[in-house]
Amino acid sequence: MIELEYVLFLSAVLFSLGLFGVLARRNAVMILLAIELMLNAVNINLVAFTVYLSPDLLVGIIFAIFIITVAAAELALALAIVLRLYRTRSSVNVDEVNLMRW
Amino acid sequence: MPLRDLYLLSPEISIVGVAFIIIMLDLWIERKGLLPILTIVLLGLPLGFTISLWGTEEQAFDGVLVVDTFSIFFKVLLIGVVTAVVIASQETAARFRRFQGEYYGLLLMATAGLMLMAATRELITIYLSLELSTLSAIALVAFFKDTRSTESGLKYLVLSGVSSAIMLYGMAMVLGVTGTSSLVEIAKAAPVSSLADNPALLLGVVFIVAGFGFKIASFPFQMWVPDVYQGAPTPVTAYLSVASKAAGFAVLLRVFYLAFGDFSSDWSMLFGVLAVISMSLGNFAAIFQTDIKRLLAYSTIAHAGYILIGLAAVASRVPGGEAFGPQGVLFYLTAYAFTNLGAFFVVIAIANKIGSETIDDFAGMSKRSPLLAGLLALCLVSLIGVPPAVGFWAKLYLFNAAVQADMVWLAIAGAINTAISAFYYLRVIKVMYLSPAPTEERVRLTPPIGLAVAMTTTGVLFFGIAPWFLLDFAIRATSGFPG
Repeated sequence: MIELEYVLFLSAVLFSLGLFGVLARRNAVMILLAIELMLNAVNINLVAFTVYLSPDLLVGIIFAIFIITVAAAELALALAIVLRLYRTRSSVNVDEVNLMRW
Repeated sequence: MPLRDLYLLSPEISIVGVAFIIIMLDLWIERKGLLPILTIVLLGLPLGFTISLWGTEEQAFDGVLVVDTFSIFFKVLLIGVVTAVVIASQETAARFRRFQGEYYGLLLMATAGLMLMAATRELITIYLSLELSTLSAIALVAFFKDTRSTESGLKYLVLSGVSSAIMLYGMAMVLGVTGTSSLVEIAKAAPVSSLADNPALLLGVVFIVAGFGFKIASFPFQMWVPDVYQGAPTPVTAYLSVASKAAGFAVLLRVFYLAFGDFSSDWSMLFGVLAVISMSLGNFAAIFQTDIKRLLAYSTIAHAGYILIGLAAVASRVPGGEAFGPQGVLFYLTAYAFTNLGAFFVVIAIANKIGSETIDDFAGMSKRSPLLAGLLALCLVSLIGVPPAVGFWAKLYLFNAAVQADMVWLAIAGAINTAISAFYYLRVIKVMYLSPAPTEERVRLTPPIGLAVAMTTTGVLFFGIAPWFLLDFAIRATSGFPG
């Protein structure tokens, strides 16, 4: 079986990629996908901890299921807002979303 | 005993029920003006349940839900805040042609999430209640559907998504190290006595702070605050600045005292540093603002910094003694709720009439509406922390907690920042009282918003003159606090 360290490393890489995507991408939809990547990195972590460390306690897996559900709800809301953004500006580029600046 | 469990959960159940009733009634009722009145009347139900639970110290659902004076204190505070915001929302909501029921429903849903946040001892439930309140709040921020409101909604959504992902990563780490999601069990299962000895746990704790930092609007997750506050409907801004901060601090206190209480010497310094950075950053940025909502947004960041002093001052608790830090936090949050809601409500009352939120447009307000100008001045003076307003006592208790905890530098940093903040608060008062008015047209106070203004400003004055009423509740709410 693969060592736990490798799984954690994979999830850390995914999480970092997601964070990078949020910061670097300019398309609102791609930013949302990057957030999903971060959440799924967490899910990998949770499932890995459960499988490797405490197979008889399912709390990690239950947590992961809740995260998937909430992420779906969040994405539905997000897409509604992105759609509204597209209707008002005919673009989903976040560089143009800059009415308010300090 | 399942029925007893349901009774212990009844405040949350009933407030969600009220939300659904309001959304349904919106379909039938033609006169939309009845909706806020019905909401306020029905809010008596969760308030009644909450007050009837005062004094119980029980757990339900295997320790996931905890009903103690601490959680009830926050529930009463949150229901009070949402009631005031509903009253103040009337004119804003009347501008929507449709979906007024959803507006009030979402406010109640957000409150339900925040109430649950203050009353749980388990990581999964903390996450779920946090998301319930955040998602409702995002929908409320984007409710106007114009370009600004949508922009605010998008910014709020992306940053809340990132911060909750970071928080989840931290929770996953804690869960992996300790093998449990219950805060009480985490404290028992933590393998080391210092965070420095276990990098995974350290990473988890720091990442969890990041997630809650977003909710309370403290550094380093403060950059969403000005944009979201400016673009959102003003009553929603008022709600976010007070309610989500209160619940965020409730859950921070609960998590750090309960689960990581053994590492208090490690995180107390972390919160101390965050406090100083938050208040300095908020106060300096606020000096340059021209929009009153943005000014109050930066002041919110500064106040998150002041309240964090209470968390940093954990060492003020001697075993068996009084918990000055948590007491100060609870007192400050209540004082801040009255003061900041008051300030925002006056801004709503004025902006609804003059159609502008720029500070310069408030010029000569003392002539156009002596009452509103006076009340806004009172709230701003309370935000500075000058007696006889309640803000003075709030700051005094927190700085005292810092001194008791041998963190005098923190109290000094707070005092210096208070002096800086006086500059920009007083500038608003100066513009209102000394600048000439562009027109002589009077600004009148209309009944619903007037009621909300009266409720909050009375609180500011009353608790400013008689702070012991409030302090007594704060002491009782933190008496059973795990040391």
